[in-house]
Amino acid sequence: MKKSVLLGAMTVAGLAAGAAGAATLDDVKARGTLNCGVTTGLTGFAAPDANGVWDGFDVGVCRAVAAAVLGDPMAVEFVPTTGQTRFTALASGEIDMLARNTTWTFSRDVDLKFEFVGVNYYDGQGFMVPRDLGVSSAKDLDGATVCIQTGTTTELNLADYFRSNNISYEPVPIETNAEAQQQYLAGACDVYTTDASGLAATRATFEAPGDHVLLPEIVSKEPLGPLVRHGDNEWGDIVRWTLNALVTAEELNVTSANIEELSAGTNNPEINRLLGTEGELGAMLGLDADWAKNAIMAGGNYGELFEKNIGENTPIGLARGLNAQWTEGGLIYSPPFR
Amino acid sequence: MTTLTDPPKAGFRLSQLLYDTRYRSITIQVIAMILVILGLYWLVNNTIQNLSALGKDFDFGFLSQPAGYDINQRLVEYSSQSTHGQAAIVGILNTILVAFLGCILATILGVIAGVLRLSKNWIVNKLMAVYVEGFRNVPLLLWIIAIFALMTEGMPQPRDFKVGGDASMILGETVAVTNRGVYVPGVVFESGWFASAAMNWLAVIVVLVASLLVIRVVRRRADAIQEATGDRPTTWWQQLGLLIIPAGLVLVLMGATMQYPYIRGFNFTDGIHLRNSLIALWLALSLYTGAFIAEIVRAGILAISKGQSEAASALGLRPNRTMNLVILPQAMRVIIPPLISQYLNLTKNSSLAIAVGYMDVRSTLGGITINQTGRELEGMLLLGAFYLVLSLLISAVMNVYNNRTQLQER
Repeated sequence: MKKSVLLGAMTVAGLAAGAAGAATLDDVKARGTLNCGVTTGLTGFAAPDANGVWDGFDVGVCRAVAAAVLGDPMAVEFVPTTGQTRFTALASGEIDMLARNTTWTFSRDVDLKFEFVGVNYYDGQGFMVPRDLGVSSAKDLDGATVCIQTGTTTELNLADYFRSNNISYEPVPIETNAEAQQQYLAGACDVYTTDASGLAATRATFEAPGDHVLLPEIVSKEPLGPLVRHGDNEWGDIVRWTLNALVTAEELNVTSANIEELSAGTNNPEINRLLGTEGELGAMLGLDADWAKNAIMAGGNYGELFEKNIGENTPIGLARGLNAQWTEGGLIYSPPFR
Repeated sequence: MTTLTDPPKAGFRLSQLLYDTRYRSITIQVIAMILVILGLYWLVNNTIQNLSALGKDFDFGFLSQPAGYDINQRLVEYSSQSTHGQAAIVGILNTILVAFLGCILATILGVIAGVLRLSKNWIVNKLMAVYVEGFRNVPLLLWIIAIFALMTEGMPQPRDFKVGGDASMILGETVAVTNRGVYVPGVVFESGWFASAAMNWLAVIVVLVASLLVIRVVRRRADAIQEATGDRPTTWWQQLGLLIIPAGLVLVLMGATMQYPYIRGFNFTDGIHLRNSLIALWLALSLYTGAFIAEIVRAGILAISKGQSEAASALGLRPNRTMNLVILPQAMRVIIPPLISQYLNLTKNSSLAIAVGYMDVRSTLGGITINQTGRELEGMLLLGAFYLVLSLLISAVMNVYNNRTQLQER
């Protein structure tokens, strides 16, 4: 009896460790859907809308990849992951890619064996406090109770920041953004800290967003981007260049509105190469010639995705800032399509 | 004259392995063993292959690397500069703490509820039935979250306790119930013999244990005198003195003083902070397991034949003495074995701690450490080994107790 229980447990463990095969592209094509890991719900980045359809900035990347590979932006199976479960989900092959405001760090890239394909949002860690707390700087937070999503880089940054400023705090570890929001609003913690974009997105869903302020300190660099497993470079290339296609499209003023017109052929050879009317870029990736066109049509180019989901005209109201195109003083820059 | 000849010695045939009852059971066992070994081989091989496919190795070195994260409830010294191994120890102690507190409270609740459920008073009886069925039949996780939500949403914030706020401390301004937990007065040692508070407490506990041992000697002597003369000497004041005086002396010598919590800045300082997460987990585990223990206690009492209580009544024992001296000691023999598994359940269920952010070993080693280092396999193996060892220890200790309460047969 004891043996059979052990055997059963190990079988489950073995099966769970099983799936990490090599050719992700073939798997995705055979399956007909892309398994994309997202957050459990962060308005603007990834959250189901009123009809239960996932929508958001990170979701847009998933849909673009699905459109590039399968030709259908809706052919995505979204897998909600928490800060703790996301890496296991990716490493075990449960998801094909992770687009979940995940910070690109050395150890995640090198030690955890993941491939960050680029950055879709340059962020930094911030603090949100209720306005009536009367705090104007993070350095005034000595002794405060801080809500923090566990299993994130923000957890480590927080420890570093308070230690280097020689102030104390009481961490309240929390699994998901929704729980953090509930704890913060109930006053179980004085401060909520996570990526500044996440704070803005969370605040936008409050009943009275004006009662809460983001402190001026940004205490870390958080380059957020989609990632895939190490070891499948072809698949990594597809996700990387899909993201680059969205960025390049904005740079070249290719939008979801004018893309049909432009794909008939233009005088700009880079647009032609991007949209597949010239050259063999799609075939090099193992995809159709109009892969990038499909990706851009899925939700628009990078700028359109930004404006529609988290831009200044949305309740979240994030300025482009660092995330403007390099031609406009930002850091968003794609290698050339050549 | 006839001689008995031996039956013809047939050589061993292969078919005997299947058709000869002498060999069949061995054959089946050997085949089962081979299948088990093959299964294990497949699992281990599969794991090794997948690890190498992911480019990962199997290494416990991460335990000595700096953890980098902070833990709110720590029974030993720990900072974000400590190692993952130390973080695991902090988590282990937190697990043991909540399991220990839970087992004690669950036993108290369970025994009370189990005895009261047999009460002839209709209301008491039905109330206990509602408690038992209500807690036994609703998942533990729901109770943990419900109690946590009650604390978080229902209690005032610490800043409401400030001057002009609408909340106030209870029990003579000594205890503050807030939505971050309960702040109670604590004891600090002003001239402690050891540097760390934990060691000072250990000294007090050692003295207490020594006192208890001496008290046992006093009791034994009283028993012996009672056996010999029929009169039991009055020893309660000796026992009380032995319990209080040495421990009290140690406390005074170490300069123990009470420290009351007071609000400063964002939170209360001084005193002991019982966090929401601990309270929610502790209460939920105790109430849930207590309901099971109540049923075990009830079954144990019902298992004692009615003749026992009738005989006790015939001897003139009052009902409560009948319960304490006749029924419960016998019922213990039935109660303890299933009680052990309830303790084990409680200990393992404490790994639901992460639902309310209680930093047990599942949250530190099995959560943040795994997540930051990517050592899932190693972390989970360590975690499994820890729970295994802890459970075996608990059942070993309880088995010793069980053997002492069992009927001694000669």
